[in-house]
Amino acid sequence: MTETALTRPILTEAVKLALIARFTALADDEMILSHRVAEWTGHAPLLEEDIALANIAQDELGHATLWLGLRAALDGSNADALAYHRDAAEFRNVPLTELPKGDWAVTMVRQYLFDAWEVLWLDAARQSSYVPLAEAATQALREEKFHLQHTALWVERLALGTPESTRRTQDALTQLWPYALGLGEPLPTEADAVAAGLLPDVADVQTRWQRLVRGHLEGVGLSFPTLSPLPYNRQQHTEHLVPLLADFQRVAREFPESRVW
Amino acid sequence: MTALSVQNYWDALRGVADPEIPVVNIVEMGMVRSIDIVEHSDVGEHGVRVRFTPTFSGCPALHVIRQGITEALAAAGADAVTVENVFSPPWTTDDITPEARAKLETYGIAPPAPNGESTLFMTLEPEAVRCPRCGSFDTRMTASFGSALCKRMYVCQACREPFEGMKSV
Repeated sequence: MTETALTRPILTEAVKLALIARFTALADDEMILSHRVAEWTGHAPLLEEDIALANIAQDELGHATLWLGLRAALDGSNADALAYHRDAAEFRNVPLTELPKGDWAVTMVRQYLFDAWEVLWLDAARQSSYVPLAEAATQALREEKFHLQHTALWVERLALGTPESTRRTQDALTQLWPYALGLGEPLPTEADAVAAGLLPDVADVQTRWQRLVRGHLEGVGLSFPTLSPLPYNRQQHTEHLVPLLADFQRVAREFPESRVW
Repeated sequence: MTALSVQNYWDALRGVADPEIPVVNIVEMGMVRSIDIVEHSDVGEHGVRVRFTPTFSGCPALHVIRQGITEALAAAGADAVTVENVFSPPWTTDDITPEARAKLETYGIAPPAPNGESTLFMTLEPEAVRCPRCGSFDTRMTASFGSALCKRMYVCQACREPFEGMKSV
């Protein structure tokens, strides 16, 4: 037993369920986005970017493993079973992450908005009184900031590039912004865990995030759309998740008993 | 069997190479936090417990390294080995020993700059990266990601050599 295990607070059942729900949401965001980003492998416009996106996808998948590990410590679940044997309706990712990869602008704007959110959420989660979360957040943040540095430069370059790149980047932001706001919606079960200092308050993260991305993107001439509410959320997915999972889960479902890959 | 010391196992782990950068071993990379001998326990008559700190959470080499630890310690006399992950304090490139830094440089990989904690998440941190071939600081990053999660790409403007450098985390 490690020192951290000894100092772990005793969790009420409700708080435990809130942590499980949040770890699942985080893991599903990372897993689904990782799959979308990996779709560029072998297809990116530049070799360096092909490599960069493969790295980013691999990091996000590593983070999904961290979150599923934290969940397993609470409920004994199996990461592979959760990744490969749940159906679309059981996934808790934000629909932002499941949208098709689109063009380069869509890919970069989505990744930028997600990375900025993740960096700020992780930064807040470092203060969690739930030690395993604070430790995982510290680890993931160090990796995630490389993504943000990369995608922040790309959205600037695209927004300030040619008339075509500016148009495509603006279109991407207009399409993605309503979906991106889904990142800041609190989970229905987490209020007590937030009050107890176990989970970050997403309202605070949302404020910092909006200030960061609005300042940055408006600074390079992009404008944010006026909002129309979406019919999608972490429980109601778009039509794009089912085909994504068909691809992602295919081998595991075809050979459920396999032990050696 | 004669009593085997902890030192014996540290020496054994110095034989486990980093699979991505085989010129350095996992001890000098700072990945092994502690080794304990556990006699007559549930892990075996002469069990060894290793506390291991992962580098990058998505690094595929971690599985290979854990397997390497188990094999090396078994070969050194352990009846049973447990490898425990430790995330706190997190691994940082500051844990890499001066000897390992010298080996990286000889191998052609610029060692990481000292890690500074910054909350300016979007800003590229200025790092003076020295060309491992000619020693010039007149270098330029050509790609912020490289062949492994821990590396990025540079070119030396003095000798024109492209090279890899370790990210500073």
